[in-house]
Amino acid sequence: MALKKKDHLELYRQMVLIRRVEERSAELYQAGKIGGFLHLYIGQEAVSTGIVSVRQPQDRIITAYRDHGVALNVGISAKEVIAELLGKETGISKGRGGSMHMADVTKNYWGGHAIVGAHLPIAAGMALGDQYEGNDGVTICMFGDGATNIGFFHEGVNLSKVWNLPVLWLCENNQYGMGTAVDRASAVEQIHMKAEGYGIPHSRLEDGMDIMKVREAVGAALDHIRSGKGPYFLEVMTYRFEGHSMGDPQRYREKDEVTKWEKNDPIGIYNRYIVGEKIAAKADLDKIEEAVEAEVAEAIEFAESSPDPGFDTLFDYMYASKE
Amino acid sequence: MAIITMRQAISDALWEEMERDPKVFIMGQEVGVWGGTYAVTKGFLDHFGEKRVRDTPIAESAIVGAGIGASMVGLRPVSEIMTINFAFVAMDYIVNEAPKMHTMFGGQMKVPLVIRTAGGGGRQLGATHSQTPDAIFAHFPGLKVVSPGTPEDAKGLLKAAIRDDDPVLFIEHAAMYQIRGEVPEGDYTTPIGVSKVQREGDAVTIVTYCKGLQLSMQAAEQLSQEGIEVEIVDLRSLRPLDMGPALASFKKTNRAVIVEEGWPSYGVGAEVATRLYEAAFDYADAPIKRVAQKEVPLPYNAALEQYALAQVEDVVAAVKEVL
Repeated sequence: MALKKKDHLELYRQMVLIRRVEERSAELYQAGKIGGFLHLYIGQEAVSTGIVSVRQPQDRIITAYRDHGVALNVGISAKEVIAELLGKETGISKGRGGSMHMADVTKNYWGGHAIVGAHLPIAAGMALGDQYEGNDGVTICMFGDGATNIGFFHEGVNLSKVWNLPVLWLCENNQYGMGTAVDRASAVEQIHMKAEGYGIPHSRLEDGMDIMKVREAVGAALDHIRSGKGPYFLEVMTYRFEGHSMGDPQRYREKDEVTKWEKNDPIGIYNRYIVGEKIAAKADLDKIEEAVEAEVAEAIEFAESSPDPGFDTLFDYMYASKE
Repeated sequence: MAIITMRQAISDALWEEMERDPKVFIMGQEVGVWGGTYAVTKGFLDHFGEKRVRDTPIAESAIVGAGIGASMVGLRPVSEIMTINFAFVAMDYIVNEAPKMHTMFGGQMKVPLVIRTAGGGGRQLGATHSQTPDAIFAHFPGLKVVSPGTPEDAKGLLKAAIRDDDPVLFIEHAAMYQIRGEVPEGDYTTPIGVSKVQREGDAVTIVTYCKGLQLSMQAAEQLSQEGIEVEIVDLRSLRPLDMGPALASFKKTNRAVIVEEGWPSYGVGAEVATRLYEAAFDYADAPIKRVAQKEVPLPYNAALEQYALAQVEDVVAAVKEVL
């Protein structure tokens, strides 16, 4: 599906929106307005934006705790994201979930899961649901390189092949599981090779900083799965510019390494592509950036002025069954 | 009223629910070709087919995790964990995923999953295969924990669990599949979270569940011959815990014995005794007694194992002690 000018501008807008929301969230965290953990997606914007832009509405998405990017890509508003970070009743999870637990099932986005690797078997079950009902949706399960060393990963990936489930295993390899580099934690550095052991076709996208390349790779993988050929494993190389979470002193990597990757900024790459290919003018992109700034400022104002959940609502979502 | 075994009652409940609702399916180790390790699902594969009777790898995290995922997207899975001793391998899913989904995302998701499993000792399976860790699971808000002591309740509670919109851990006893009891004709459910007086009396209140009910009923027969009429309250569900009948009985008899199969420390007896004291301290005419397993990993030797487990005589002795 060829993108029109307005599509490019929308994807660019999403990437800039993620970047600004994350930057402003870091400030809110420093100001003590966001509690708990805050895992920023800065540097990885091309991955989630590329994935979400090529999925069909019936394709489900589930991811790990670095989940603000996908949340914004699927169309959860900056207001609802920031309100959730501030723990407000108007947050997407009504202030119950926080940074790591954002979902909007009406947009086929299933969270936001914070136990490393645990959402892989859950994703297999969601794909089973579609297979069982004869739906042609694919479950896209995103996870980090760190998740591929835990048992859940192997149980989920194995089951997906045994039952030929329509699931895309999408490893975002940002090269560190917290502060431990891939080569210090994983028996193989080429993470996608792990799929070989389960007879699942696999590949690695070396340049996950270029959204156009992400779209192409993910699109091909989704086509493969939708044609009934079972699961596919795609590793996408990327890099997080910030620490694992806020307050990470980053003793495990050199400043030079970060600088090198920052030169590869996914937003810069896309900006140069759009202008270079004469899809839109620099001024169009500047205008988007200004609009995003205003949107995020308004979202922060909305979140800060939103009410906290009332104490009388503490047990509201305890059980789903009608009493 | 037909008289059938516990095995038949549980099997009938599954069969009838699968006939009633095409979204109900079962998955677990040996549920299909084998017919269930306790022969509960014998004949199911031939009748319902591979789609709805799913043999799985020996991978408990996948069995429960995929059950969670499938239930989140609208199916009604019954995930079977062969014995509760293997539930520890899937602990994250049982206590940290299934019970959290509904509340953590502000009510967006529900997990109508039943996890069927069998616990209990007395079968010379050694320390790792003989446990009754029910209290551990009952500790977690968001999970429902059910453990029936009669075929009638087993059938009614399992049907209720399958129709429930929340995750239910359904704990059977591996040494009780042969016990027989009257079961009503036709379709019925037994409400989760409702205790029941299984035998009326005025001398001492026995609060118990599952295998403890059997011991207590036998003890009651012996005591009756000595002119001591005990009242037996069967909890049936450990969470939600209905203290109503136990409390009413205690206020009548002023004496209580709590019978459980697991270890007493931090157990069901500890919880029930505390609640009785909190609500009715002034009614107590004697300290409440607990009958439970001796605090040791269960040995293999048959006589030694039985010595470690609570026996009918222990219940009789405890009742006489509080009289």
